Amino acid sequence: MSEKLISRVPEGPLSQKWTEHKAHIKVVSPANKRKLEIIVIGTGLGGASAAASLGELGYNVKVFCISDSPRRAHSIAAQGGINAAKNYPNDNDSVYRLFYDTIKGGDYRSREANVYRLAEVSNLIIDQCVAQGVPFAREYSGMLDNRSFGGAQVSRTFYARGQTGQQLLLGAYAALNRQIHLGNVKSYTRHEMLDLVLINGEAKGIIARNLVTGEIERHGAHAVVLASGGYGNVFFLSTNAMNSNGSAVWQCYKKGAYFANPCFAQIHPTCIPVHGEQQSKLTLMSESLRNDGRIWVPKKLEDVKKLRNKEITPSQIPEEDRDYYLERRYPAFGNLVPRDVASRAAKERCDAGYGVNETGLAVFLDFKSAIERLGEHVIAERYGNLFQMYEKITDVNPYKEPMMIYPAIHYTMGGLWVDYNLQTTIPGLYAIGEANFSDHGGNRLGASALMQGLADGYFILPYTIGDYLASKIQVPKTDINDPAFVEAESNVKKKVDKLLSINGTQTVDFYHKKLGHIMWEYVGMARNESGLKKAIEEIRVLREQFWHDVKVPGTFSELNQELEKALKVADFMEIGELMALDALDRKESCGGHFREEMQTEDGETLRDDNNFMYVSAWEYAGDGVEPNLHKEPLNYEFVKPSTRNYKD
Amino acid sequence: MDFTLKVWRQKDAKTKGHFETYKVTNISPDTSFLEMMDILNDQLIREGSDPVAFDHDCREGICGTCSLYINGRAHGPDNEITTCQLHMRKFNDGDTITVEPWRSAAMPVIKDLIVNRNAFDQILQAGGYISVSTGGVPDANSILIPKEKAEESMDAAACIGCGACVATCKNGSAMLFISSRVSSLALLPQGRVEAANRVKAMVDKMDELGFGACTNTRACEMECPKHVSISHIARLNREFLLAKLKD
Repeated sequence: MSEKLISRVPEGPLSQKWTEHKAHIKVVSPANKRKLEIIVIGTGLGGASAAASLGELGYNVKVFCISDSPRRAHSIAAQGGINAAKNYPNDNDSVYRLFYDTIKGGDYRSREANVYRLAEVSNLIIDQCVAQGVPFAREYSGMLDNRSFGGAQVSRTFYARGQTGQQLLLGAYAALNRQIHLGNVKSYTRHEMLDLVLINGEAKGIIARNLVTGEIERHGAHAVVLASGGYGNVFFLSTNAMNSNGSAVWQCYKKGAYFANPCFAQIHPTCIPVHGEQQSKLTLMSESLRNDGRIWVPKKLEDVKKLRNKEITPSQIPEEDRDYYLERRYPAFGNLVPRDVASRAAKERCDAGYGVNETGLAVFLDFKSAIERLGEHVIAERYGNLFQMYEKITDVNPYKEPMMIYPAIHYTMGGLWVDYNLQTTIPGLYAIGEANFSDHGGNRLGASALMQGLADGYFILPYTIGDYLASKIQVPKTDINDPAFVEAESNVKKKVDKLLSINGTQTVDFYHKKLGHIMWEYVGMARNESGLKKAIEEIRVLREQFWHDVKVPGTFSELNQELEKALKVADFMEIGELMALDALDRKESCGGHFREEMQTEDGETLRDDNNFMYVSAWEYAGDGVEPNLHKEPLNYEFVKPSTRNYKD
Repeated sequence: MDFTLKVWRQKDAKTKGHFETYKVTNISPDTSFLEMMDILNDQLIREGSDPVAFDHDCREGICGTCSLYINGRAHGPDNEITTCQLHMRKFNDGDTITVEPWRSAAMPVIKDLIVNRNAFDQILQAGGYISVSTGGVPDANSILIPKEKAEESMDAAACIGCGACVATCKNGSAMLFISSRVSSLALLPQGRVEAANRVKAMVDKMDELGFGACTNTRACEMECPKHVSISHIARLNREFLLAKLKD
């Protein structure tokens, strides 16, 4: 194990670790907080909540986002809900059960202490959001309502119709706006971080580009917090927003921050299927739909054929000829199995020839039974906006005919390696939310991303960052004329000039799509050794072509969306390779990572705890050089890892 | 499907803009409007021309980033929709389609179809929040909220801050946008405490930034992709009046 991989997990009983840790870490006095500067990159749930909370504490915060407003961050698109262990429905939920479900859902590849802490602060998040005016769904009594999500047998998900992410982000954004108004936070919109600046090995600032003028700016600080989200767009088609990218994380990796578990990407089972080559992104249909929707394909291949030829509609297929395959295979959890399990089951049916649309890559999500049981108005109240969205996109009315869905890339569990304090291997550089790797292991449960982003931003980072900053109270403001800033800025300019000067024959999107195809084919839902080796080779060739043949129009000193894209895709070309390398190393099937060589006779995942019970942490070793792999062993002190069983 | 596009081109905020005409061919009816714009841009780049700049992000109708004025309507010819959710099946083969940015003095063009909506952030910064800091708040169920109130608050909170209301209003008024926040918070007990100060601060900021007044034409409500009702403007007016009376 590398000397840098010290998890800093405190000793003691699980339920006391966070309490004890908080009691012993250092704090910074109010007078000293005023002297300290913190940069926050990103304004999703993690970034906005962190920036607001740090501002409230009295630090000087600068917050950066690539959009025209902090409210655009992709957290806004989260639909279904946020988990918490409130146990309001009296169904025997508890902090321990939320912890256990999360660590089991993650297929035992996350740290016990981190996950327990997440479950512990989950209840505070709900209290906080209600106090901010988040209009969560309520019962007629005026009490908060809950619903169920995948991977859990209790109802612990709080929601605001199908727009929970939007409402939580508006809450965090409002808290941020208040701090901006009070002058504690300065907001930089339409700004993109292009490099991290280190002085004496510590994170001391960033190089950013003003996306409107093209101007390069230097920003110094005493610490940098990365909340820039995940890298799912490496696949080109994903449910991520078009501008979501892995570049900020990747610059930090190249400056020495270890990248953990890059191969753990989540494939969400319920997305609107691909319609054709002109498609730019995929749309998620919330997991909450699996509360009332039942997933099926026809039992008979002749019905499949008739469906594809449009000779019959799905509603004409009688009940006895439908294969509700999740209910059949996983009786205990049925349609509410975790995402990775549901995705693979859909792929299995489609591979066997039962896919229901022209491409053969779709299954049905049917609300017939629920509408019969509850009435259309109840379904409309619960999912109205999702049904409307589905109809706008597909031109099919889901109240009448079942939805067609197929798995798509949705979230990345991997990210920058962080210790218990959420600090990366670079002192002074923190990573929160989807940008870090910490809490979801090999697979994230639904309604847990919102929980983690806000847990990190509101309740964990504001405490742990103090422990680092307490030793910096005598350190003067960072000098942005330091040679480290000059060098970083000049490197950024060189890279941009290079991209603009290639003037080749193909567009950035052309290369991005090619990369996406390689990734989906070999590093997608099913992976194997020869495919992964092929992916690595093909990515390397493609990257060469990109750097010799891409055409980026326009200039540096203007609003140039193609240049922005080119910079992101250049990084995706490298991230994709690291994902494949990591997937190749991990010769086990675990969570979202399915190695075809490692499966049971009935196609379930085969985990290998003897050899792979570790977090892989990759260290950059230079361009064109294979990165170094470090391993953080996972010690399960309190839970006994077992085979995930959703059957009984 | 084939289309003729008349697209607003403007180099930057200071330069005068103009329309350019382009042709796109072989577009599938299942292609979204923004995917059609991607195809146009791909074409332009290959020809050696400058692609058309436009704002977009989530492409599923929730982030509020996309902002095109299509054939004289904000977000184009469909109701309760954002530009990114609009599909080409809503047009006829051979149509000429006019694509413009939002037009409003308070939201100037930055480039081509991109406008500066910073004024919205400034209005919310002036008071669009409950002044609660992180931590030390009561249990979430300690204050009961009638279901109807919570639902109505959520109706108002559905606003995505896209600016279609401002672009549509003949007065360039931002009242629907502001009322969605004012109303959403005013309906909740947590938001009542500073309701008076909130509405005054936000309306003052709106006036300062050069938005017009509301004359109840309801155009904003018609074009709002989330169908936020002008009843929230009525609530804003009541809140504002009461707040001023108490001054």
